[in-house]
Amino acid sequence: MTDIREPLIPAIGEVVDIRIDTPDVKTFRVVTPDGKKPFIHKPGQCAMLSVPGVGEGMFSITSSPTNEEYMEFSIKKCGCVTEWLHAMEVGQQITIRGPYGNAFPVDTEFAGKNMLFIAGGIGLAPLRSVINYCRHYRDRYGRIDIVYGSRSKDDLVDYNEIISEWVGDDDVHVHLTIDREQEGWDGHVGFVPNYVKELGFDTDKIAILCGPPIMIKFTLAGLIEMGFSKEQIYTTLEMRMKCGIGKCGRCNVGSKYICKDGPVFRFDQLDELPDEY
Amino acid sequence: MRKLAITKLNDLFAAIAESEKLYIPVDGKTGANYELWAEGKTLSDALNTVRSPKDFFFPQTEDMMAFKTEGKKIEIIDTREECEDFVIFGVRACDVRSFAVLDNVFLSDPVDSYYKNRRDHGLIMSMACTRPAETCFCKTFGIDAADPEGDIVCWRVQGFLYMDAKTEKGAALLDKLASITEEADSDVIAEEKALIRARMEKLPLASLTTDAFGPGKTDTFFDSPEWKSLSESCLGCGTCTFVCPTCQCYDIRDFKTNNGVIRYRCWDSCMYSEFTKMSAGQPRLTQVERFRQRFMHKLVYYPERYNGLYSCVGCGRCLAKCPIQMNIAKVMKTLGGKAND
Repeated sequence: MTDIREPLIPAIGEVVDIRIDTPDVKTFRVVTPDGKKPFIHKPGQCAMLSVPGVGEGMFSITSSPTNEEYMEFSIKKCGCVTEWLHAMEVGQQITIRGPYGNAFPVDTEFAGKNMLFIAGGIGLAPLRSVINYCRHYRDRYGRIDIVYGSRSKDDLVDYNEIISEWVGDDDVHVHLTIDREQEGWDGHVGFVPNYVKELGFDTDKIAILCGPPIMIKFTLAGLIEMGFSKEQIYTTLEMRMKCGIGKCGRCNVGSKYICKDGPVFRFDQLDELPDEY
Repeated sequence: MRKLAITKLNDLFAAIAESEKLYIPVDGKTGANYELWAEGKTLSDALNTVRSPKDFFFPQTEDMMAFKTEGKKIEIIDTREECEDFVIFGVRACDVRSFAVLDNVFLSDPVDSYYKNRRDHGLIMSMACTRPAETCFCKTFGIDAADPEGDIVCWRVQGFLYMDAKTEKGAALLDKLASITEEADSDVIAEEKALIRARMEKLPLASLTTDAFGPGKTDTFFDSPEWKSLSESCLGCGTCTFVCPTCQCYDIRDFKTNNGVIRYRCWDSCMYSEFTKMSAGQPRLTQVERFRQRFMHKLVYYPERYNGLYSCVGCGRCLAKCPIQMNIAKVMKTLGGKAND
C-alpha cells in the first residue's frame, strides 16, 4: 500500500518571504525545499497548510498559476494555526498539500468576457489569482473592473500591488473604497454594495464576488437589480475542512463537498443547494 | 456449498486462524463485540455486535504519519505499513452493505490508502440472520437478511454451518478448509431463506419505506418544521454516529510526543457543534441544524451523490443506543408521511 500516493500526506514547503499587508493579514511566499513552486494549480483552488503539532488549515492560493516560481497565501490572523503562521520567520518550513477544489472557469466561461471583480477585506485573496491570470492573458478578456473595499486604507490587502501594477494596466479599472473617512484618503468612502450600485455596471459581463457574507448578500441583490442573472455571478464558499478531498464530511452541503466540488460556485448552482453556507 | 457441524465450529476457527487473523463476535459484559479469536473463545449468539465492524477498515483512531521538527526544519515520516490478511466472521447482511457505503467515500478518487489497505486484506464471512430483532429494518434499504453479500456467506441451519463462496477470495479460503468441511446440498438453504424472509415481514418496522426520500428531495424536507420537534430532546452526544456502521466523518489531529508529532485521525460527529465551527463563523448554530444534517445526509444527500444508495442499512444500533430514543426510523416515519404510516 505504501506505493500508492496518500493524498493526506503533505509535502514540505519553505516560507521564503513574508509581506505585511495589513495589521492582521500577512502574505507568505512558499516554495519547496529546493526552491521550486510546490505544485501546479488553477485560479480559485486552495491548499492545505499545516504546522505539525499545531494544526492544518485550508487557504486559497492567492498567487496566479502564471507565476511559475512560487506560491503565495494571504492569511488573516484569526485562530491557532494562523496565529502561529503570523509568528513565523523567513526560512521556516511548513507542510503543504493540494491543489484542492474546482477553479474559476477562466479558460471557458470567462474567455472573451468583460470581468467585474468585487471583493471585501480578505476576500481579495482568492480573487487576486484570477485577476492576475486575466492580466497575464490580457487579450483573452475584455474590460476589467475591480471594486475592492475594506474597513480602512490600512486594511486593503495587496494595496501596493493594486496601485503600482493593476491601476496602470490597459482597460483595467480599479475602484477602491473604505468604510469610514480617514486622513490621507481621498478616494471613495462607503460600503462595497452601495459603491457597486453607485458605479452602476452594464450586464455584459461576468461578476465574481468574494467577501464577508453580509457584503455578498447585499452586493448580489444590487447586481440582480441592475439586471445581472445568477448565471453570470460567481462566488467562493467557505466551510470548515479537514481532509480537502470530500471524505471527512465537514464541508458537506447538500450532495456537495465544498472542498472538492467547490469552493467556486455560480449563484444559480447555489440555489440548488440547501441554504446552509 | 460446504457444511460443517456446529459442534465443530472451533475446528473451523482454528483452521482459519492458522494462517490469518480471525475475528468473531464474542459475548462481553456490555454485549457482543468482535474479538481476535483464540482457543477458548466462542461465537456469540447475539444478532449484532454493539460496535459495528466499520472499525476493521476505518478504526476509531489511527495514526497517519509522523513529523520531526528541528529548528525551522520539518521531516515528514510516512508511517504506513502493509496490513496483515484477516478474516471477519459472522458479519450480518446490514453490516456487509455498510462496507459498500464506506467504499463509495473512501475508495472514490482520490483513494484513501489507509482504508484501502485494510479493505484489500480483509475477508468477510457473512452470516444470514436466523432471528432478526425488533429493531431491524434492513429490508427498508433493499437488503436481504437471508442472503447477505460477502466473500463467504454462512447460514446456521439444523445443527450445521453452511458456507457458500461468493468471490474468488472466498472460494480460495473454502478450498483450504475442504478437509474439515463436507459438500452440502443447497435445498435446505432455500427453505431457510424463505423462513427468514417471512420473519422479516412480521417485524415492527417491516413496512418502513424509503419511498419519500432519495435524490432530489432536499427542497421537500430541508425547511420542514418537523426538524425542530424531532431534534428537541437531542443531547448532541453523538452516540448514533459512533455506533452507526455507515457514519464516516472524521477529524485529523496532531499529538505531540517526546520525539516529534503524530498526526492521527479519529471518528468525528456532525452532531457536535465543533464539527463545523470556524473562526469565520458557525453555519450550523443549533442542534436542529446538526440533527437535520445527519438525517438529510443519510436519506437525501448521500443517495444523490452515490447512485441512489442510502447511507443507512437498518442495523438498528441507533434505535437500541440513543439515550432519548430518537432514531432514523422515527425521522422517516415523521417526515415520510403517508408512505410510512
